[in-house]
Amino acid sequence: MDILSLFVLVPFLTIIGILCTKGLKGTRVVSAVGMGIQLIMAFHLLFKYLAERRAGNIAEMVFVKSHLWYQSLNIHYTVGVDGIAVAMIMLTSIVVFAGVFASWMTKELPREFFISLIFLSSGVFGFFISIDLFTMFLFYEIAVIPMYLLIGLWGTGPKEYSAMKLTLMLMGGSALLVLGLLGIYFNSAPNGGQLTFNILEIAKVHIPVATQKFFFPFLFVGFGVLGALFPFHTWSPDGHASAPTAVSMLHAGVLMKLGGYGILRVAMYLLPDAAVQMGWIFLIFTTTSVVYGAFGAIWQKDLKYINAYSSVSHCGMVIFALLMINKTAMDGAILQMISHGLMTALFFALIGMIYGRTHTRNIHEMGGLMKVIPFLAVIYVIAGMASLGLPGLSGFVAEMTIFVGSFQNVDTFHRVCTIIATTAIVVTAVYILRVVGLLLLGPIKNAHFEELKDATWYEKVSLLTLLIAIFAVGLAPFWLSNMIQDSLTPIVAKLSVIAQ
Amino acid sequence: MNFENFLLMRQELVLIGIVLIVLIAEIFTDKDQKGIITPLAITLFAIHTIIGFLPLAEGSIFGGSYNTSALINTMKNVLNLGVLIILIQSSFWLNQENQKGKVSEFYIVLLSTLVGMFYMISSGDFLMFYIGLETATIPLAALTAFDRYKNKSAEAGIKLILSSALSSGILLYGLSMIYGTTGSVYFKDITPMISQTNALQILAFIFYFAGMGFKMSLVPFHLWTADVYEGAPISITSYLSVISKGAAVFIFTIILFTVFKVLLPMWQDIIWVIAVMTMTIGNLFALRQKNMKRFLAFSSIAQAGFIVLGILSGTAMGMATVVYYILVYIFSNLAAFGVVSVISATTGRETMDEYNGMYATNPKLSWALTIALFSLAGIPPVAGFFGKFFLFTAAAEKGFYWIVLIALLNTIISLYYYLMPVKAMFINKSETPMEAFKSDAMSKAGIIICLVGMLVIGLASPIYESILKVCFGI
Repeated sequence: MDILSLFVLVPFLTIIGILCTKGLKGTRVVSAVGMGIQLIMAFHLLFKYLAERRAGNIAEMVFVKSHLWYQSLNIHYTVGVDGIAVAMIMLTSIVVFAGVFASWMTKELPREFFISLIFLSSGVFGFFISIDLFTMFLFYEIAVIPMYLLIGLWGTGPKEYSAMKLTLMLMGGSALLVLGLLGIYFNSAPNGGQLTFNILEIAKVHIPVATQKFFFPFLFVGFGVLGALFPFHTWSPDGHASAPTAVSMLHAGVLMKLGGYGILRVAMYLLPDAAVQMGWIFLIFTTTSVVYGAFGAIWQKDLKYINAYSSVSHCGMVIFALLMINKTAMDGAILQMISHGLMTALFFALIGMIYGRTHTRNIHEMGGLMKVIPFLAVIYVIAGMASLGLPGLSGFVAEMTIFVGSFQNVDTFHRVCTIIATTAIVVTAVYILRVVGLLLLGPIKNAHFEELKDATWYEKVSLLTLLIAIFAVGLAPFWLSNMIQDSLTPIVAKLSVIAQ
Repeated sequence: MNFENFLLMRQELVLIGIVLIVLIAEIFTDKDQKGIITPLAITLFAIHTIIGFLPLAEGSIFGGSYNTSALINTMKNVLNLGVLIILIQSSFWLNQENQKGKVSEFYIVLLSTLVGMFYMISSGDFLMFYIGLETATIPLAALTAFDRYKNKSAEAGIKLILSSALSSGILLYGLSMIYGTTGSVYFKDITPMISQTNALQILAFIFYFAGMGFKMSLVPFHLWTADVYEGAPISITSYLSVISKGAAVFIFTIILFTVFKVLLPMWQDIIWVIAVMTMTIGNLFALRQKNMKRFLAFSSIAQAGFIVLGILSGTAMGMATVVYYILVYIFSNLAAFGVVSVISATTGRETMDEYNGMYATNPKLSWALTIALFSLAGIPPVAGFFGKFFLFTAAAEKGFYWIVLIALLNTIISLYYYLMPVKAMFINKSETPMEAFKSDAMSKAGIIICLVGMLVIGLASPIYESILKVCFGI
């Protein structure tokens, strides 16, 4: 069994393990062990990958394994990773591990909850390791569909409505994706030869520009729905707010990055001419996303909605940077994917823990929590600082890189978009600091809150995992940035040739 | 014609043999020995299914009236699997008090319709085709009215026989016009004489299409479907929705690809419009259904729209995806019908609201129905995903991207209503949830076979590849 397929096998074994146990205790021990193994494997993969690169392997993807699946359609089960994929796999394993501990006290149907959560994560891992478009799409759909039950059964508030809206909109995006993928497939051999679904082989081929321009919007919007591209982001606020804690963590932290990753790897890499020529249209949408999300967050009173709109804004920044089509900006995009993934997972975990204690998410009903639950409050402040881009934390690294890279495009249109997007930094500071002030500082609003207990051991595990990762990326980003930049080289090379 | 050639009709001969054996068993058993009929019939049919997979030579007998080929044998095997599952699933209902004394009639009439379908699929001329079609249709009306204690059943039978008669009449009129313009009923003789400029032949084709559209429940020939599916006993509903439809689709595809291949541009346009109408109207009406049988009926209409999408391109891959999707559809639909029938027979609950909170009391049945609905909706990793993806690939192969987009959007609409029972079972709470019950061994076996099939058929690529090897295109 190759090292990459283990990332899909271990979740399945964990699920079988859960099926063999009974009750909450057994379930969560098995889940923690399973996802702990996954986390160790992710680090192992990281070290092996870096060793492989140091040994001089300059192939675009390493650890490539291919099994023929459907011969007539040339569908293979092909896996392989580059630096970007390794970074995303690490992000996923950290967030899933933290998510398992954040859900430690799920009382209702715990086995089904953990099985659905881990099944979802297996889809995500499969997506990041695949380099065959069919297999990638299959894992993408597996990553989306458990959301309906996860939100509908274990969520809060208007959960049935949110679950249905989320599921239909995300599946709507994947419907558009099928069309794009079939379009690429049937144009993958313009000089004769066999049609293929393999990304690396399609990247070598030149697809006629008119065809590219027909299919690019479908692929871009299809992935963009998941990446909260305006105006297809409307599933996000309700979906995140109604979802249970670990599901929000996983969804905002990881699933929304599937959109950005898909745009980079599939839409822009395989249809580069269309990306360069039509990118400006989508840049308008994504700039709107960034600003709209930030302003939207200011108006909210519910903690989860604030964070959800903040996620729309930050994920919008990812796609914004990708569309700038230069190495620095794209490097920033991927750093933002990782930074925001960790940060928003941390936020949702904290919000879940605070809600579990105060039973309210309304910021005006809380106050002075710093005195009562200092551990959680301090971590909340740190998470807030990461979100608004304080140097030393991962948010600064990502946003700095994005805006420096975006400003490198000298034409007016891109510069104006960049300037508009930077206003989001200020707005982010507004809503983050305001919430910190209302929530944690000042007088305690409700007498009951004085008896709240601080974080338990499993909550601390969850939060510290994410916090350490945020500091690691913030204080020493070079190892991550170099890994990503090396893998961006072929993609940027292909796009720059056309941009000239 | 000699004995060896006669044995080319192996599938039909074994089936007729089974019908006769069941008839003889009925005559020669006393009242209290009648319990033997059900296991006898199911065992014999299982043997027939296995024999069907043995290799069969290709050939043509009775002067070209009856053809057999690897493709036709594959199609018959697919139908055999479906009927076997239906027989297994229907045994619980059949052995209840209301159906006493009619058990062997059920098997004899059902298998007779299957014989008719086999002759229809193997036909080499329009006369054999029509005989097969009628043999497949008329006894079905009797089966639809099987439940003599329900008015709805009799009503469904009347509706089916009257609308079948009308559509068969129109079909026959079209066939007669083809005979009039070409002087022969044999496919081999007719094919070179079909031309795009002969108005009478085009009219004949339209009538042929209308007659077959009725059997396949395409819009606008679908109006009989909901009432007949609702009134008929649930085993017959499942038979109508998968086997009858499947057989019609098979022979429709073959005749379109052989006899009417010259008219390709014309029937591509027709199928384009009808597929869009069928998917859309089937979906829109399914959204409003609360009765589970009507719900599955309208979902079947929408599925028929997806199925003809595979025929659109006229390629070998198109035909292969149609056969493959019918196989996937058989397992998915029979799983859904199996669960609904077991619930209906044990608790009498028929509407979606009565399924509320089912997961708390009957978790395994809930999962079975959920997986079946996911397969119908086209969600991985079950087989429905692969079936739908391949259908879209077949249509996209010839550049029909817009209809693929419409089909994809319809898939999303269908996902909404397929999630409705899931929501009822898992998420909605109820004061009076379904009581926990254990189904009998046969029903369990039927549902489990379908679940295994759904999980395996998609992931195991040899199944699709072996179907593709025997298909041909225009």
